[in-house]
Amino acid sequence: MGLLSNVFKRNTGDATPQKPAVVKTDAAEQLKPKPMNKEVKIVAKKIEVGYVHMSGCTGCLVSFADNYDKLFTILDRYVELCSCLALIDARHMDTMDIAIVEGSVCIQDKLSVDEIKETREKAGIVVALGGCACYGNITRFCRGGQQNQPQLESFVPIGDLIKVDLYIPGCAPTPQQIRNVCVMAYLLLRGDDKQKELATAYLTPLMKLAQGGTEACGCDLMTNVINQGLCMGCGSCSASCPVRAITMEYGKPNIERDLCIKCGACYAQCPRSFFNEAIISQYEAIDDAVKGALQ
Amino acid sequence: MGTELGNYKSVVSARCTDKEILKGAQDGGIVTQLFAFALESGIIDGAIVAGNGAEPWRPEPVVATTRAELLAARGTKYNLSPNMSLIKEVTRSYGMDKVGIVGTPCQMQALRKGQVYPIGLRDVGDKIALAVGIFCMENFPYQSIIQLVEDHAAMKMESVKKMEIGKGKFWVYGKRGQVVQLPLKVTHKYEQPGCHVCLDYVANLGDISTGSVGSPDGWSTVFVRSRNGDSVWAKAIAAGCFETQPMEKVKPGLELVTKLANEKITKNKKTLEGRATFGVGKGLRNPYL
Ligand SMILES: Cc1cc2nc3c(=O)[nH]c(=O)nc-3n(C[C@H](O)[C@H](O)[C@H](O)COP(=O)(O)OP(=O)(O)OC[C@H]3O[C@@H](n4cnc5c(N)ncnc54)[C@H](O)[C@@H]3O)c2cc1C
Ligand code: SF4
Ligand code: SF4
Ligand code: SF4
Repeated sequence: MGLLSNVFKRNTGDATPQKPAVVKTDAAEQLKPKPMNKEVKIVAKKIEVGYVHMSGCTGCLVSFADNYDKLFTILDRYVELCSCLALIDARHMDTMDIAIVEGSVCIQDKLSVDEIKETREKAGIVVALGGCACYGNITRFCRGGQQNQPQLESFVPIGDLIKVDLYIPGCAPTPQQIRNVCVMAYLLLRGDDKQKELATAYLTPLMKLAQGGTEACGCDLMTNVINQGLCMGCGSCSASCPVRAITMEYGKPNIERDLCIKCGACYAQCPRSFFNEAIISQYEAIDDAVKGALQ
Repeated sequence: MGTELGNYKSVVSARCTDKEILKGAQDGGIVTQLFAFALESGIIDGAIVAGNGAEPWRPEPVVATTRAELLAARGTKYNLSPNMSLIKEVTRSYGMDKVGIVGTPCQMQALRKGQVYPIGLRDVGDKIALAVGIFCMENFPYQSIIQLVEDHAAMKMESVKKMEIGKGKFWVYGKRGQVVQLPLKVTHKYEQPGCHVCLDYVANLGDISTGSVGSPDGWSTVFVRSRNGDSVWAKAIAAGCFETQPMEKVKPGLELVTKLANEKITKNKKTLEGRATFGVGKGLRNPYL
């Protein structure tokens, strides 16, 4: 229990992190339009997160929202959402602790290319959320020729244009994985030494995925697991696939490659891609901790 | 080493009190009895078990929702049953909120990874109500079992009543009463290669884990591990599901379990080390780094 004991006391016990203070203003002042930045400052203890929407379907954002009431707890205590076109009327990016990016980048669309570069400049940490941002996913199949921008034919995962710090693969990524990363990112940036240590250990495999490249496919199970003598036939990959492209034949995955949309979920979920025993074996404590933080 | 048996709250030797379950069980009938009890008392809505597949002794993961289906899946099939392949579906079309699952140590690892890093398993983690791990030294592809039973033991697959690995032998029991034993040496080359990097013998990540080693024939060694496992086990004991004996009182006891666990982990750690320098200036991938 080394890492976990005490780590979360501050969040789970009575001493929850300060809630944003209620700002007292007189009626006249309340009528004045308030600049965005002022509000952000009130809750300086939270981490500032920008949600950047590239060529995505908003399903990743919906997954974030599918944390339901816990989304509000996240936004109340840990995350100040400083930009997110779908939810917030902030037209331009400010500097931020973390940028969560959904979607891939169309290199024939100058605005998109500029925006992903700007994201890198403005954000301390860049997270690729979902199969498209990490690996291209369905946009890998784009090849132009559609009205009214038939020339928009080339889409690349964001990691092909900027350095990405962390991946959350999946199409869609799961609400629970996004939730876990939010809590851990908060601990990484605002926690004490022990909390930072835990958060680092938790986030490391997701950072390694980001260092591992921008290509994913069901074939990864062949090249990186079966061909490497590592598959033990558990079936996790098959359960993870959103399009049921993987069946288990005599205990080994068989990938219907024309069904695969290249989301990267199967390989990332496979216990023989990464298995950081020190963290995973504390599944009970981690679950307690994350849920405690969101109580 | 000291960590070879994983974390646990208690360990006992046990067997189920239900004579019907015990009759077709591999060992003490712990797995089947636990699920049957959990099903009756509403702890689970159903359990993913290794059911009977299209060919004799070839398991197929199934979702058992009745006692009869649980009983039909009793017994060890020494080849791959990808039980995790149903872990999401069971919460979807089967509509279950409280899921039971049995599996080898690696399947328990897959399950817990899915809870700590839910990448393709949305809304699954919180629905795991009872994970029962079974000890495992190694597993085999189905074709290996055919090879062992039909070539080495000279029996027909469909005429086999039970298979067992124990006391240093691979045992094949025929329906007509015949018994063939093969030295384990014969079986080694048929093992699933992925087992050779496995560092868990007694299903360290199960809520409860059980196996035959350490306890007398017809009995099982049972580790109660998680908070959840502890609570289910206490209820099952209170309901009179199991006879138990203190582990210290039975032979060969925990000493043998520890020894075998150590042997497995030491051997496989060596394999992992060898992989690092498998080629010339190049190695094979290590999932634990
Ligand atoms: C491949 C393999 C290797 C094993 N190696 C050892 C060992 O080295 N030492 C040891 O002490 N015990 C080992 N066991 C465990 C042992 O054989 C029994 O499964 C265990 O003691 C449970 O017995 P029981 O009477 O409680 O279960 P039962 O009530 O008979 O139920 C057995 C349960 O296991 C499930 N099952 C059967 N085959 C598989 C499979 N291939 N994959 C997943 N689930 C399955 C069945 O669906 C059933 O639910 C091994 C089991 C397997 C499958
Ligand atoms: S998840 Fe990995 S180890 Fe399990 S069956 Fe799939 S490829 Fe094999
Ligand atoms: S096989 Fe399925 S899970 Fe794997 S990358 Fe393709 S679509 Fe994604
Ligand atoms: S030896 Fe390990 S990898 Fe092989 S089946 Fe058993 S638990 Fe799984």
